[in-house]
Amino acid sequence: MIWNKQKESIDPKSLKKDQGKNLKKLVKKLYETVPFYKKKLDEKGVEPGDIKSIEDIRHLPFTSKEELRETFPYGLLAVDKSEVREIHTSSGTTGSPVVGAYTKKDIDIWSEVMARALTMAGVTSKDVLQNAYGYGLFTGGLGVHYGCLRIGSNVIPISGGNTKRQLATLMDFNSSVLTCTPSYALYLAEVGREEGIDFSSLPLRLVLAGAEPWSEAMRYEIEKQLSVKALDIYGLTEIIGPGVAQECKHLNGLHIFEDHFYPEIIDPDTGEVLPDGEKGELVITTLTKEGTPLIRYRTRDITYLIREKCACGRTIVRMHRLLGRTDDMLIIRGVNVFPTQIEEVLVRMDGIEPYYQLVVDREKQLDTLEVRIEMTEQLMSDEIKVLSKTGKLIEKELFGALNIHTRVKFVEPKSIPRSSGKAERIIDKREV
Amino acid sequence: MEIKQISIFLENKKGRLAAITNVLADNNINIRALSLADTKEFGVLRIVVNEHTKCLNALKINGYAAQETYVIAVEVPDSPGGLCGILKLLEDNDHNVEYMYAMVEKNRNNAVVIFKIGDFKKAIELLKSNNVSIVNASVLKNL
Repeated sequence: MIWNKQKESIDPKSLKKDQGKNLKKLVKKLYETVPFYKKKLDEKGVEPGDIKSIEDIRHLPFTSKEELRETFPYGLLAVDKSEVREIHTSSGTTGSPVVGAYTKKDIDIWSEVMARALTMAGVTSKDVLQNAYGYGLFTGGLGVHYGCLRIGSNVIPISGGNTKRQLATLMDFNSSVLTCTPSYALYLAEVGREEGIDFSSLPLRLVLAGAEPWSEAMRYEIEKQLSVKALDIYGLTEIIGPGVAQECKHLNGLHIFEDHFYPEIIDPDTGEVLPDGEKGELVITTLTKEGTPLIRYRTRDITYLIREKCACGRTIVRMHRLLGRTDDMLIIRGVNVFPTQIEEVLVRMDGIEPYYQLVVDREKQLDTLEVRIEMTEQLMSDEIKVLSKTGKLIEKELFGALNIHTRVKFVEPKSIPRSSGKAERIIDKREV
Repeated sequence: MEIKQISIFLENKKGRLAAITNVLADNNINIRALSLADTKEFGVLRIVVNEHTKCLNALKINGYAAQETYVIAVEVPDSPGGLCGILKLLEDNDHNVEYMYAMVEKNRNNAVVIFKIGDFKKAIELLKSNNVSIVNASVLKNL
């Protein structure tokens, strides 16, 4: 089923026309209301009047994540504060968090795109959807929630964590759809197996997994272990949260709701726009957003676009499932982690060399992060308990900065490669 | 009366212990006493050697994380209850033994045990006033 056939199966010509119209409006509004964008456009020598069609988007400057941080908290707000109905932020693990401010219309659009995504995945008003994405500042929980309200399905706002309760809820309320991160779905399957739950006997039939990269192998495992179909959902706080793109049952990429979120693929080094089918960095312009609209936002996600009409009947463009990142960001249990954050913590602490190695692994379906640190003369003690205490202290500091638990492992001096290359600094043993 | 002990960080990996003893051998350093404390992932090798400063330098030059601490070497009667008496004396006077280990060699008819005690100066006074024989660095060197 298609939630909004008019928009999702639109003929490409009309779509382009609509996109051009909205882009024109967006640029004019940002130029007039957001000094940050006025300055950027002036620097590029572009005036709102220069934007006549969607093709003219190429003349506009990019927006980076750093710029979002620099303008924290309200620097990119394009409406009066009284218009804001809801604020969400990214985890803010690398300094200031990224802010998404939603007006009434933004929440309406969010509900609409999530209704499209859920419908595309096969969710209907007859479903009981157990929403195990976190509710709160994280966009996952409420985004899915709004979509459920729009399509009229029964949503169970259980939020993340509390695995035993998740399993009990699956059985007590006969949940037919589960929304969570792919690694959590597998973890749930494992705990369920230990509890003797036969998933094939439950009504659960669909898992909508997102917020972290996953592979076909993981899809196979989730489907097999939970006796479900598993589909991918894509979104990011900067753009709107979940509901930017969704995979349909044909499993041939994720449909981007491009009437709201205009995608481009660029060469991350040169900024040059690449043709369809070529791999590069995904850039998104929020054509219709009111609160915190963004022009050509560089997501740092690597993918490519597929333009052909899909067997599901939708004409809107698709993106291949994420192929990687342009930076060395790691996604651990759904939380974004940058190696530089770890470096900052280590540099701040006395007696620690700024050399470290990160080992990411998956134990019992949950991501683990081991931080290898070189033992130094200053940290060294003749007593094991003192060394263990030092390790715990570093873990505590890292938790304060990253918001996830790490395991510090001391290694011998000079045993960590000195090159700053990503391959040597990060060992990712997960099979994504 | 206190003696210096060197503690060296070791990863729990094959060949690490051999590599350290190789550094000592190359520098003509003789181990007088040693103990290895280990966890799942790392170990701490504690040694008392004949040439302390030379040993510490050699280890640092070879890139080891090494640190020095003061410990006490005590002569313990080599008979049942010998160690017990000393430990009781320390305990009765509120000294906590962080760790201890016995020496490889024997001094005459007594065993030598190395003690790590927080307030080693006070502990030495206590042991001395109770006629416990403490081995000093120069004696230990030639044992």
